Parts: sequence; C-alpha cells; structure tokens
Amino acid sequence: MDRRTIFRGWLLPVILVLPQLAVTLVFFWWPAGQAIWSSAIRADPFGINTEFVGLENFRDLFADPLYMDSIVRTVFFCTAVAALSIGVAMLLAVAADREIRFRSAYRVLLIWPYAIAPTVAAVLWILLLHPQIGVVGRWFNRIGFNWDYKLNGYQAMTVIVLASAWNQISYNFIFLLAGLQSISRSVVEAARMDGAKGFFRFRTVTLPLLMPTVFFLLVANLTYAAFDTFATIWALTGGGPGKATEIMVIKVYRDGIMNQDIGSSSAQSVVLMAGVIFLTALQFRFLGRKSGAT
Amino acid sequence: MKGRIDWSAHVVLCLGAVLFLLPLWLAFVGSTLDSSAIDRGELSLVPRLSGLSVYATVLREGAPGAGPVGHMLLVSFGMAMTVAIGKIVISVLSAYAVAFFRFPLRITVFWIIFITLMLPVQVRIVPTFDVMASLDLINTFPGLTVPLIASATATLLFRQTFLAIPDELFEAARMDGAGPLRFLRDILLPVSAANIAALFVIQFVYGWNQYLWPLLVATDPHLDTIVIGIVKMIGNETQTEWNRVMATAVLALLPPVGVVMLMQRWFVKGLTEGDK
Repeated sequence: MDRRTIFRGWLLPVILVLPQLAVTLVFFWWPAGQAIWSSAIRADPFGINTEFVGLENFRDLFADPLYMDSIVRTVFFCTAVAALSIGVAMLLAVAADREIRFRSAYRVLLIWPYAIAPTVAAVLWILLLHPQIGVVGRWFNRIGFNWDYKLNGYQAMTVIVLASAWNQISYNFIFLLAGLQSISRSVVEAARMDGAKGFFRFRTVTLPLLMPTVFFLLVANLTYAAFDTFATIWALTGGGPGKATEIMVIKVYRDGIMNQDIGSSSAQSVVLMAGVIFLTALQFRFLGRKSGAT
Repeated sequence: MKGRIDWSAHVVLCLGAVLFLLPLWLAFVGSTLDSSAIDRGELSLVPRLSGLSVYATVLREGAPGAGPVGHMLLVSFGMAMTVAIGKIVISVLSAYAVAFFRFPLRITVFWIIFITLMLPVQVRIVPTFDVMASLDLINTFPGLTVPLIASATATLLFRQTFLAIPDELFEAARMDGAGPLRFLRDILLPVSAANIAALFVIQFVYGWNQYLWPLLVATDPHLDTIVIGIVKMIGNETQTEWNRVMATAVLALLPPVGVVMLMQRWFVKGLTEGDK
C-alpha cells in the first residue's frame, strides 16, 4: 500500500498537507463536533440559557411521529428514485452497448445531461408538469384528470421522484455502459452459441457479471436521493404541500434554518451523519469488490 | 434477427435522447415566447425568432425576484473555477505529501481527510452556518468557495495515481538531482494530466450546480449564482415571467454542458475509474 521509495524530510510534506488539513478541520470537523455538542443541548425560547440534556433531544426526535413520517417518506423516495433511475439507465446502457450505427452520437446525447443542475432539472420539469403552464400538466387537466402537484401530496411526491430520477440517469448510464464494456465479448458470444437468447441471456450471463456495478450504483443512488436532491425538491415543492415531500434533509433545513429549533435540528444532523457513514462504508465495500472484479 | 435487435436498440436510444432533449427544447422555445402566452399554456414546438432578444434582456436586467443574469453567470463561473482548481491544487499537494513522504502523524492526517467523505454539507447545515458566521465569512466570495475545496475523493484519487508511479521513474529523477518540488512539477503533474482533466470536469460541474451552500452563506444578491437566481425567479408564482425563467435555465445549462462535451473522453474515464 505504501511506496518503497520516498523523499526525506518532514517540514515540506507538512506544509504541503496543511491547506487541505486546515479546510477540513475548520469546515468539516468543527461543525460536525458542534452538531454533536448541540444535539445534547437545549436552549430556552429566547436562546439565553442552555442546559445539557444528554440524549433527550434524540428521545424526543424518535418519539415524534412527524419525524418517523419523514423517515418513512425518505426511504420510499430513495427506493423509488434509485429503482427508476437505475432501471431506465440499464435499458439505455444495454442498447448503447450494441454494435449499432450512430453509437457515439447516442452516447454523447445520453452523457451531456450529467451536467444538468438539480435546480435547472426542477425548472424543466415545471415546464412539463405545472398544472397551468406545463405541457403535460395542462393536458392532464384537459382530459379531466385533476392534476395539481401544489395541492395534491401524492402528485407532488410523483413529481419529485420523476425529476430526481431523471437527473441521475446519465450518471448511472455512464457507469453501466463502462461495466457492460468491461464484460468480455467471448463470454457473451459463448452464451449466444449455446442458444441463450435475448432477455434470458441478459439475465443469466450479463447481469450477474454486472452485479458489482449495480450494487455500487444502488448505494450511490440511495445516497444521491437522500442528500443531493435538496435543490430539486426545494425548487419544485419546497417540501409541501404540507409535509408531503418533506424528506429528512428538507426537514433539517426547515427546522434548523427556518424555525431555529437548534437542538432538534442538530440531533437530526447527527442521525443523518450516521446514515451517510453507513452508506459510505457500504459504498467502499462495493467499490473494492468492483475493482476486484475487473 | 440481427436487424430486428438493432431496430429495438435504436428505438430505445432515440427515446432516451428525446427524454433529455425535449425538455431542453421546450425551455428554449418557451424562452422566445411571450410571457402571457406561456401563462395561457400556449407553448409550441417552434421558436419565435424575434423573441431571442429575451437573452439580452435577462443578461442585462434579470427577471422579477432576481438581478441581472450576466452578473450571476460571472459569480457562477468564478465559483466553479475556484472550486475546481482549488480542489485540484490542495488535493495534489496533500496526496503528494502522503504518498511520497514520511512525516509525524501521517496516517492520522490521512484519516482526518478521509472521514470528511462522510460529512456532506446537507448533514451539518446549522453548525456549518454557525462556524461561517463566527469566522465572518457569511456573504463573502471566500466563504462561498473555500469550504467547498476540501476533497477526500480527489485526494484519494491522486494518492492512488501517485502510488502507481514506478520506482524506477522516481530513482531516475532523483539521480538527475531533481528535488521534491521539481519532481512534482516535471514528472508527477504531466503523468497525471488525464486525471487532472477528468477531475476538473467533475468538480466544475459540482461547483456550478451547488445550491444549498450558496443558499446558506450568501444572502447578498451580489453573490447570487445563476442556480440560486433561477429559484428566486420561480419563487413568486403570481408574477413569474416564464420566458425569462426559461432563458435563464438555458444559460445556466450551457457552461457545464459545454465543459462536459468538450472533455467527454477524459471525464468518462476519470469518473468510472476513480468514482466521484
């Protein structure tokens, strides 16, 4: 793991590592420590007196049915986004892996959306689904389907799932295509010779060989859906109507920044940190397995 | 049978391409229409060429709820470049130190950097805001950018690249009398050029697309990025001028998409080989 050949001296490397270390300590470790500390504190409504309450904020948090709702909502949202996004990307990657004409043009057309900002994705989906100005949204209302995601919670959830999944397809496509291309042609050819056809060949030969990539993407997509969709949701629904689209990161923002409930918000931050640590650990397991497979 | 399979692949890929191009085209067309026409839902598929002047208008004046888009583009560009280049510089330096030297607490330092993978801004919103406030960094350009340049992934990626440098290359350089800094500049950087290019694309897009961070630390309209500005424009439903919103959306897309397209080859390779 380490190099055998190295330079001598310790002053230079310390200077070299200092900028990274400083930024990391000030902007990552300090706030993280602060979050853990304030999760054990409770302030009076005026913020004058604080008292140490230990784990009481966490006990309140998990006793709060609204928080449990947001956990369930987050799990549902993440699962739906990951399944939809990986599913569509898989379809596209399998097609793009074929020896067909315009192959590289298709790839460019499916790779550029990687650069679409979450908020821009939200705006584009408003154009499609907004009940008054959206092309599809208006059509829904014209054919008598009562469509307004600003009022109907289920419709709002559908909209944020679609927009968030859409925004992640390109990322998944890039990884799945790379995974498919690393599968040896001779294995697939051999299966074809043996008479394995179409979907059966995909399910029994290609998919098992692609599984390390799929597992890696599954964790990456759950992480994305849980944390990186804040902007999309905030721009589309703001967590509403009511709390219909209030997943955990939205709730932290609403409680901490808008309602100034520091104790509860810090406890929520600590819960989220635990979640990221779990997902990152999983991801590294699969990343190790993925590079071991190729 | 082969012909039939190709056929289905073309259909799937065309649908996939449309899935992304159609919303973009609608936004472009919408930007050239009258705001009132869009309000009535008269979105067509053909742009109105005379409406292209809306781009000049938003660049200079912006839209209700937000300032001139030209200025926002500058802030976004400055932010994306600072984040991308800053990340690459401090990650190359720290990876170099960790890979090519032995110094006290080396392993500890490595772990302190590594763990930050697990602390994205979304999970530490309130305390990070407090830290920024106590450092007087709220509403400053350094506050907007510097906290984002720490990168565990980039450090890990460069460390991996550096560990794979053959010992012979290192010995030869040392034989020629190259000191540590010359070795870094003349050998390591050229050898890692492809990695640096890939990382630049990924981090430029990352910096450009940031929303939550600027929302927290930059409430001053002078520091509005285009991504922030666009949400401000749609924030007020009753007087949204949708043609301006769509023009801004198109403008917000062009720079990151351009970077990805121009550097596609390196970007795809770097992304899939080194993770994020």
